[in-house]
This record gives sequence, structure tokens and C-alpha cells, in this order.
Amino acid sequence: MPSIFTHEFNTPVYKGKVSFNTGLFINGQFVDGSDGTTIDVVNPANDRVITSVSEGTSKDVDLAVDAAEKAFETTWGLNCPGNKRGLLLNKLASLMEEHTDELAALEALDNGKAFNLARSGDVTTAINCVRYFAGWTDKISGRVIETTEERFTYTRHEPIGVVGQIIPWNSPLIMFAWKIAPALATGNSVVLKPSEFTPLTALRMCHLVNEAGFPPGVLNVVTGYGNTVGSAISSHMRIHKVAFTGSTLAGRKIMEAAAKSNLKNVTLELGGKSPNIIFNDADLEQAVNWARFGAFYNQGQSCVAGSRIFVQEGIYDEFLKLFTEKTRSIKVGDPFAPDTFQGPQISKIQYDRIMSYIDSGKKDGAKIHTGGERHGNEGYFIQPTIFLDTKPDMRIVREEIFGPVSVVIKFEDEEDVVRQANDTVYGLAAAVFTKDVTRAITTAHKLKAGSLWVNCYSVSGPNVPFGGFKQSGIGREMGEYALNNYTEVKAVHVNLGMKMM
Amino acid sequence: MAQTVRIEIPATGRVVEIPTGLFINNEFVSSVDSQERIEVINPATEETICSVVAGSKEDIDVAVAAARAAYSTTWGKNVTGFERSRLLNKLADLMERDMQVLAEVESLNNGKPVKIARDFDIGDSIQCLRYYAGWADKIVGQTIEVDNRTKMAFTRHEPIGVCGQIIPWNYPINMWAWKVAPALACGCTIVMKPSELTPLTALMLSKLIAEAGFPPGVVNTVPSLGPIGGAALSHHMDVDKVAFTGSTLTGRKIMEAAAKSNLKKACHIREVSLELGGKSPHIIFESANLDQAANWACLGILYNTGQDCTAGSRLYVQDTIYDKFLALLVDKAKQLVIGDGFDEKSGGGPVVSKAQYDKIWSYIESGKSHGARLVLGGEKRRGKGFFVDPTIFTDVTPDMRIVRDEIFGPVLSVGRFKTEEEAISLANDTSYGLGAGLHSTDANQCMRVSSALEAGTVWINQYNILGNNIPFGGKKQSGIGRELGSYALKEYTEVKAVHWNFGEQADWPL
Repeated sequence: MPSIFTHEFNTPVYKGKVSFNTGLFINGQFVDGSDGTTIDVVNPANDRVITSVSEGTSKDVDLAVDAAEKAFETTWGLNCPGNKRGLLLNKLASLMEEHTDELAALEALDNGKAFNLARSGDVTTAINCVRYFAGWTDKISGRVIETTEERFTYTRHEPIGVVGQIIPWNSPLIMFAWKIAPALATGNSVVLKPSEFTPLTALRMCHLVNEAGFPPGVLNVVTGYGNTVGSAISSHMRIHKVAFTGSTLAGRKIMEAAAKSNLKNVTLELGGKSPNIIFNDADLEQAVNWARFGAFYNQGQSCVAGSRIFVQEGIYDEFLKLFTEKTRSIKVGDPFAPDTFQGPQISKIQYDRIMSYIDSGKKDGAKIHTGGERHGNEGYFIQPTIFLDTKPDMRIVREEIFGPVSVVIKFEDEEDVVRQANDTVYGLAAAVFTKDVTRAITTAHKLKAGSLWVNCYSVSGPNVPFGGFKQSGIGREMGEYALNNYTEVKAVHVNLGMKMM
Repeated sequence: MAQTVRIEIPATGRVVEIPTGLFINNEFVSSVDSQERIEVINPATEETICSVVAGSKEDIDVAVAAARAAYSTTWGKNVTGFERSRLLNKLADLMERDMQVLAEVESLNNGKPVKIARDFDIGDSIQCLRYYAGWADKIVGQTIEVDNRTKMAFTRHEPIGVCGQIIPWNYPINMWAWKVAPALACGCTIVMKPSELTPLTALMLSKLIAEAGFPPGVVNTVPSLGPIGGAALSHHMDVDKVAFTGSTLTGRKIMEAAAKSNLKKACHIREVSLELGGKSPHIIFESANLDQAANWACLGILYNTGQDCTAGSRLYVQDTIYDKFLALLVDKAKQLVIGDGFDEKSGGGPVVSKAQYDKIWSYIESGKSHGARLVLGGEKRRGKGFFVDPTIFTDVTPDMRIVRDEIFGPVLSVGRFKTEEEAISLANDTSYGLGAGLHSTDANQCMRVSSALEAGTVWINQYNILGNNIPFGGKKQSGIGRELGSYALKEYTEVKAVHWNFGEQADWPL
């Protein structure tokens, strides 16, 4: 029998008790993994094991696909009209609202992000996403193209069937909502693998999905490792679409597996090394605040992190002074302390990786202007770090670090900075700070990225498409665009009068 | 001054508090300058239920001012789509909570059976609010390439502004939802004039508007007489759009008023949307499933006691199946129980008022006197209540009044035809074009005939069933514009094109 995770929170920002099943969620039930094994879930703030959850194998993925297929053919898919799917998704959103604090606390415990930010940011974003897609459910129309004496031709935008979804550990609940909401809204059934590092909010959501009244098998969650469960999903012959958010490295494997198995449709949301370009005439204080937010929010563990900050010569010194001050004033510490902005990195692996990038920066001759060391002596905390005097070919400038490490680069020439900004295999996001409208628009339009921010950073909404150019990904999530990822177009040609000789 | 009345619903013993004032700025108030009241009648008993404040022209001015103020401050472009969505969903929840009591008052005032009011009228209305809640945060414009080096253009789909909405008495709650939901979803504010015959549920729903948390002035409700409140709204210079459902006669007056008042409306006929009458044809081909077709035909003319703009009031049956079908039809029509709305057995209620009752009977008399043959009904009941039983005329000719005019009661004219062409020609021989139905199992025929029928809604092997996501409206003199579906959003948004130059230099002088 899978274990029940019970935990009492007694913290300055949240007091409460949680208790829920940690099995695999298949066909509406919580079950053990086929091998009977479990995965330990670690609290990155103190390196202690929180609990263990059931571990899935490829066999469990098969079981999940069976359940998903059955649901799709009977109680879900187009057997459940759009407005009913909408009611269920709205009900789920309402339940999430009721359990906001609990979800935020689980997220902070499991991922290390600050509780207050998890509550005002992550949980709210996830709820808004579910509600937004609840509104699309009965509005998925095809087109009528020909209505002549001889031909009646129309399209249907049908659900695909069973879709596989693999999500990362950096914003587990948001990623969960971003994936399931559009997929369920369009009538697909889902087999989802949360990150093995952060399964708790996903599992808690499964309970809410049952409570909301979704038929069994519509959503299935199989916790496990990338090279077992993730691999099983991407190569499964009966999963006809896989959506992945995570590293570019893993993204390649998934696309390869899709190609080698059944050519399933793939959408990928991968890494970035997003440039933040600050011109002389930027509003300095605002630029500093947004730059800090862009580089260090979520412990720097954001695919859109503004990790390359280009500052024009005229304001460079002033910017650096202010930016350094603000960076040093970031409160790093216990996720459950009221004024914490930055928590620990997710795991020892990530911690080591980030520290090795910092080392490589030093070895390559870049200068650590602030930070660069571990914070405290418990948990995976790293000081917010600024590098200066970098060269374009340094690893810390080219590669995604995924930690609280930014590089600040001085520039003179507008054209050259655009060239530098675009000189990356990535293309997820970019930002421009300037008061000159012409420059804002023309620069923004020249940058090769899926999300462009003018005088802001990392602003998003459930109604705005999100995704990457180049090696940052394939496809767009959110907004009406997301519906394309989860529907298949069928053209129906009805012959009304053509005769064949 | 307390603006409520407590009434007891005789059949259930339930005591309901109903607001009776004008709903302006989220409060129920008296008229600013008039002591007039509207007597609200129970059509099953002919007794007065209560009276409500009758709005005057000045009251309309006050309401429009409130709607304008809200539009400029707390609504319109000052509120996000997400917030509008949230509020509409909240309103739907409240309506669901109060379903039973709303149904009982709807039945008391309009006459329709309680169970139909609850499960269909109100059930559909709740879904309508939820449907448009889903659109509120999805109203997008386009970006348009001009010259990437110097200029870009984009469109904004902005709310039209202050909307006057005038609704009829046949589906009071449902018509309220059809108007309110898309207007609010798009960011418009509203001055609603419910029918003077059926103002009660509109006032109760106004209370829910306040409870849901809509800012004051976003929705205002002014029951008043058509020539007073309706005229005032359609002439008002500060109302950006009028949406009206009702008779074609009144529709003309509204459009004329719109043209004569603010010049804007004269240039943009789109700013008036009208959903008017119909004399909808219902065609039965020989390949039809006769039993089902007869069921749909009955539904088509008898639902809501025939008080439906799309009532299938002209039935055309192919010669080869005429006798068989007619027998089926008459037999089924007889089975409908028309009675008090609170009686479980009732499938239909009285017609809404004495005026309607008299009008319907005058048509029945006209049918008789012009030589049409009565095969069902035609006898007045004794006793209280505006009850009209199912009435079927055969042997009709196209020039008869009962065939040409909209009767708006449970009175059906049945004609016959030989060929498909004849059926289409008979069906289209009307100045109306709201609904039409055809029954056939020949797919090609279904496509041909549905293509040829001049109506805004064509039903194949069905009748009368609508969907919140499917557009609805009329061709020809049945109306302008479309309600429901994504199409309704066009009625409540105005497109603004923005040309943003960031590099093009102007040469001067020319």
C-alpha cells in the first residue's frame, strides 16, 4: 500500500496539517509502483528527507496509458461535451483556491522557494491558468470551408487522445497547471510525470482532481525518473503527443525517442540564456529592480532568467552600483521566514553544478563582483552572484547556469549589443529597457526570442503565448495558441454531387 | 424607502422578497419624478401579484448617467478580462444557488411551468453566463504588418460603451442572460429595460448582480413602458448601442429612433441589434422519421405555448405522407397539458397577458372565417387564466392572415407540397427569416434545402434547440446581428485600428 504523507507545519508564515496518499495516481486510484520501490523526497533547505513516494516504472506507464485510453474512449474525449469539461476545470480551480495555503506550503517544503512567493505567485498563477483554459473548453471550433452544390467541407479540431507530459522541478505547481489545463480543456487524457525531486504538489493535485469529479483515468500521474518513466512516455507507441519542459539536453532525448517510436508530436520548452539590454535612457531604478527580479527570482532557477545583463556605457557605473546594492540586500534563507526572497537551490546536484560554473568563471578570468560563495552551512543556499569583466566565449556567458548567477556586460553600440544578445543557441526571452519608443520597438523586434519584455521582466499571463526560438524549444504554451498543441485537425469532405467516371 | 415586497407563492407557500424599485448604481430606488407603478399580473389567475416602480424618461437619464460613470471609472477599459470573467462566473453561481425560487417567480409572472423555467430557462441562462465568462479574458485584436522597419499597426477590440438593452416577456430570465452576459464580458455597461409584463425576475437578478460584486452602475434595471423607457433609451444621445428583442413593429421604431438621435448610430447600423419576429417554416419530407418529426413539430409550435420567436408555425408536409403525418401530429398535440405552471402535469402554461390572449383569439377567428379547417382546438376555455389550447388549421392558403402574420401562440397552419422546390418556395414566402426546420433522411436533400432556406437558424431533423455557443439571429425582417456564440462579441465590441509609426518621416510641404 502506498504511504500516506502526514506533516504538521508550524512556521512563522504557515501553520497547518497535511495528509495525503503518495502512490502513483492511475485510474483515479493511488497505487504502489510495479516494483514496489519508492523515491525519497528531500527538503533542500536542510537536506533532510521529507517523505518517500511511490516510484513508477515503464510497466506503470503502460497501466496509466491503458486507463487514459479507456477514459478517452468512454467518459472523456468528445464523449464529454466542452461545457462539462469547463465545469470540471472551474471546480478544480475553486478547490485549488480553497487549499491555497496548503499548496504553497507543500511547494515551499519540497522546492525551497519562499512560502510567501509560492502563495502570491505560484499558486495564484496555477489557479488562473486552470480558470483561463476552463473558458476555452466549449469554444474549440473548426472552420466551414466549402458549401457548394457538390461539396460540403469542414474541419474539426479534435483531441489527440492520450498525451504524455513531463514537467520540471523549478515551479512544479505552475508547470503542472500549464500542462494539464490546456490538455484536459481540449478533451485529451493525460499521463504526467512530475519531477522526481518535486512530486508533492502534483500528488496533492491528484486528490483535488478526484474531488472535482473528473472521471477516473482522465489524469494519471506516474512519479519516477527521467530515464525510466520519462523515457517510457516519450517512446510509448500509444501516446500520440508528448509535451516536455526541462533541460535542452533532456529535450533532445525526448525528441529522439519520439522520432524512433511512433513519430509522436512533440512540444518542448527548454532552456535559455536570456539577454536583458539596458540603454542609457532607461529608468535606472526600475531597470535595476526588474534586472534583479529577472536574474534572481526563484533562486535563478527560471528558464527565462535574465542572466546576461547588457548595460550601456553611459549608465554602467550608476547601474552597477545600484544593482549590486539591491543584489546584496536580497534576503536568502528559510523558505518559511516571512521576509525570505531566495531559498535554497533544489538539490545537491544543482548546487554542485552552479558552484562549478562559478569556479569556471573565476578560472576563465572573470571577476566576482559580489557573492560567489555558499550561504550558510546547511542546505543548498548560494549567495546571489554578479560576474564582471567577462568575455563572450566564457562558459558562464554561453551556458545556462540555472542559479543565482548573473553576468553584467558593458556595451556601447546598439547594433553590436543586439548581435551579442542574439549570439546564442537559445531564444526563449529577452528584455529591453529604454524610454525611447522607437528604440524599444525596433530593438525588441530584432531580438530572436519568443517573449520580449519592454521595460519589464518575466511578466506573463495565461492568455499570452510562451515558448522559444531556436534551441529553446518547439511550440507555444498558454493563450489560444496552446490549443494547437492538443488538437488534431481533421478535414471532412462530404460529396454532395460529384460523380466518378 | 424600502423597495421590496413580500409575496407568498400560493402553490408552494414560499414567501419571497422581491425588490420593486428601479435598480441604479446597485441600489433599488424610487422614480425621480413619477409616482406611476406597473401592475404585475399572474396570467394563470389574472390576479395582481404586486406592483413595481414604473421608470420615467428622467429615470432613464439617471440610469444612463450611472452606466456612463461606471464605464469611465470602474468598468470599460478599467477592468481586466480576468476580473470580468470572475464576476460573471460568480453571478452564475448565485443564479444556481437561487434556481428554485427564481423558477417559481418566473412561473408566477410568465405562466410557464416551474420545472421548465428551472431546468431549461434558468439552466441555459447559467450556462450562458459561464460561456461568456470564458470569453471575457480572450478578446484579442490583431497585429498587422505594415513595414517592419518603420511602422506597425494593430487593432483593439474595445467595448462599445453604454448599452441599452430591451428584452421581451416570453423568456424573461433567458433573454436577460443572453443580453447581459456578452455585454459584460466585453466590458460594456448596461441600462436594461425588462418587459413591463414580466419585470420581477429581472429585479431579482439585479440583486444578484450587486451580490456578485459588480461595481455600481455596471448594470442598471429600469422597468418601464415601451413607449416611455424603451423610446427614451433608443433616442438617448449618450447610449452607444441598443440591443432589442421583441416584435418587428417595435424593432422598426427603435431603429428609426437610433437613426434620428446620435449621428453615430445613423452611420453604424451595426450599433443596433435586433432580434425580432418570425413565421418559421417547418418542412416534413417523405423520407423523414415520421414519429420523431411529429414530436419535433409539436415542440416547435407548442413549446412555451407558442410564444417563441422561432415557433415553427407553418408546417409543410409532403403529399405522400400527409394524412399519416397529420394524424400523428394531432394525436401528439392533444397530449400536451396546458395548465397552471405550478401543476406538475403542465407541459405548457397560459399565454402571458389579456392583450396576447385577445390577439391570438382574433387570429383563430380569422382563420375560421377565411375558410381554413380546424382539426384541433378553437374552443375558448371557461374560467380564469389566459389559457389557449393547441390549435391546428389545415387547408390553408398563402394569403391567409394566419399563414402570413406572427400569431405568437399555440396555433399551427399546416400546408402540403409535392416537390422539394415547392416546399422551399412556400417556406421562403415570408418577410421573416428567423428559423426553419426540415426533416429528411436524405443527406443531399438536407444540404440542398438547408442551403436554400432563408433563415438565420436552420434545424435538420430537430427543432427549437439552441446552444450558447451557436449564433442565433434573423435574416430579412427578423433582425440584425447575431446573439450567442463568439459572434455575439462583435455586437459589443468596437474595432479601433492603431497605426504606430516609429520611423516614418513626414515630408513637408507636399
